[in-house]
Amino acid sequence: MSNELLNELTFFVLSIFVGIEVISKVPTILHTPLMSGTNAIHGIILVGAIVIAAGASSPVNIVLGLVAVTLATTNVVGGFVVTDRMLEMFKGRQAPKPAPAKESAPTK
Amino acid sequence: MTTLIELAYLVAAVCFILGLKQLSSPKGARNGNFIAAVGMVIALVATLPRLHFTTAGVIIIVIGVVIGAGVGTVGARMVKMTAIPQMVALFNGVGGGAAALVAVAELLTFGQHPAFALAFPSVFSIVIGSVSFAGSMVAFAKLQELMTGTPITYPGQQIVNGILAAAILGFVIAVLAVASIPFSFIALMVLALVLGVAFVLPIGGADMPVVISLLNAFTGLAVAASGFTLNNFALIVAGTLVGASGSLLTKLMSDAMGRSLGNVLFGAFGQTHAATAAVAGKEGRSVRSGSAEDIGTLLAYSQRVIIVPGYGLAVAQAQHAARELADVLEKRGVEVTYAIHPVAGRMPGHMNVLLAEANVPYEQLKEMDEVNDEFKNADVALIVGANDVVNPSARNAPGSPIYGMPILNADQAKNIVFMKRSMRPGFAGIDNDLMFDPKTLMFFGDAKDSLTKLVAAVKAA
Repeated sequence: MSNELLNELTFFVLSIFVGIEVISKVPTILHTPLMSGTNAIHGIILVGAIVIAAGASSPVNIVLGLVAVTLATTNVVGGFVVTDRMLEMFKGRQAPKPAPAKESAPTK
Repeated sequence: MTTLIELAYLVAAVCFILGLKQLSSPKGARNGNFIAAVGMVIALVATLPRLHFTTAGVIIIVIGVVIGAGVGTVGARMVKMTAIPQMVALFNGVGGGAAALVAVAELLTFGQHPAFALAFPSVFSIVIGSVSFAGSMVAFAKLQELMTGTPITYPGQQIVNGILAAAILGFVIAVLAVASIPFSFIALMVLALVLGVAFVLPIGGADMPVVISLLNAFTGLAVAASGFTLNNFALIVAGTLVGASGSLLTKLMSDAMGRSLGNVLFGAFGQTHAATAAVAGKEGRSVRSGSAEDIGTLLAYSQRVIIVPGYGLAVAQAQHAARELADVLEKRGVEVTYAIHPVAGRMPGHMNVLLAEANVPYEQLKEMDEVNDEFKNADVALIVGANDVVNPSARNAPGSPIYGMPILNADQAKNIVFMKRSMRPGFAGIDNDLMFDPKTLMFFGDAKDSLTKLVAAVKAA
């Protein structure tokens, strides 16, 4: 087994533990935003798409590269923007919590 | 240069981990999303210097980024809050598709008989990415109601799916042994796409959030596999983080519904027939329905009202009308709270987002555990467009597909007002005994119209 592969396997296994540990205490109300946020993070495939698109010269590679970059960018940009939109809604709700009995609408 | 790139990837990985950490606490969630996005930008910028670009390469990258960013931004900004779940499904699907295509492109460059360590992750990425793509599209179609949300089953379905999975496995072995036959990749992709569709078809619309979360984890793993193919640290770490946290999240989501993941994914088999038979026996029972005036008076002279919002409220955009009704009731001294079931709406947390949008005060929103004991002291449980989350058969009908799901004890309130468009069963496709309860008054109509009528009726009472 090459050194590089061994390194990669190490990162892979450690990342599994980190990924599980880091979100283990998520409250139910954040399940949807968290799913959407992780969804945006796997948009990192855009890095891979750019790598294969960069050197494209044959028609097959050009088509593959173009479609992959387009799909991956949609994943990244859409993912982060839609997560932000969801969480925007939560922001207003946190503010009034310490000061109850206030009827006024939370400030944006 | 290479060291710098690797260091930048390390910074990006740290951003993703911190972002995920923050995303799982209410205080820092929005920040967390931002940190993750910063990590993404760092990883992307760090990738560029090492590459050798062809002219065609530059052009397709620019075109792809412009189109993708445009579609992503417009889609995410324009989509109604009620349609967010299917939007997440769509964004997940395209990510899976991209991972599969990246793997195809890589595999084509390896030539005859590539090393197993390269060919295996590529093939894995093609299969899982394609399953995720096709499955997400079906989930999108179900949630968007382009197709029926009820489970689609037929005799021998499990056998067909098993054969599909076996065929894919056979092809994987063939591709790994023979390699570089473009035709075999195509066949493999087609089979994986079909499996993705076949996998999601028998799962009911109400369970789509769990499925999307699972497919999200799949896409993460496909991305990590692509990272092995490309020897790219950023892809491996980010993809694996998503794969692992997504798997746990999937489990947490099915736990919130009081069901096992296996039950969610394969529960439709054999159960639907029992459920329909049970429903058929209950035809012909009478329900009581009330006028706006009746219900307005009932509400106005109550002491405690608990509003149970559901997807019907969201779809009718009735959150503002619900807030208005709560306001007029509170002016008369009625105590109003909202009971939020963890899976009310189409996704866990969906209802909180929608009500927060209507500026419903935070203190009025009560989680299920907090509010369930209060129902017996409530004069009225006002159910607005919710159904499955108050269905007593989750408690007492072992044959029911939702049996075991924790529900809101709306049936313990002194009076129950059930606002609904029709007698049609809910998203899970099952009948609700609560509608036939002698304490229940049905109030038919669009949630928004009905609530507006109730506001007028309460004011007049």
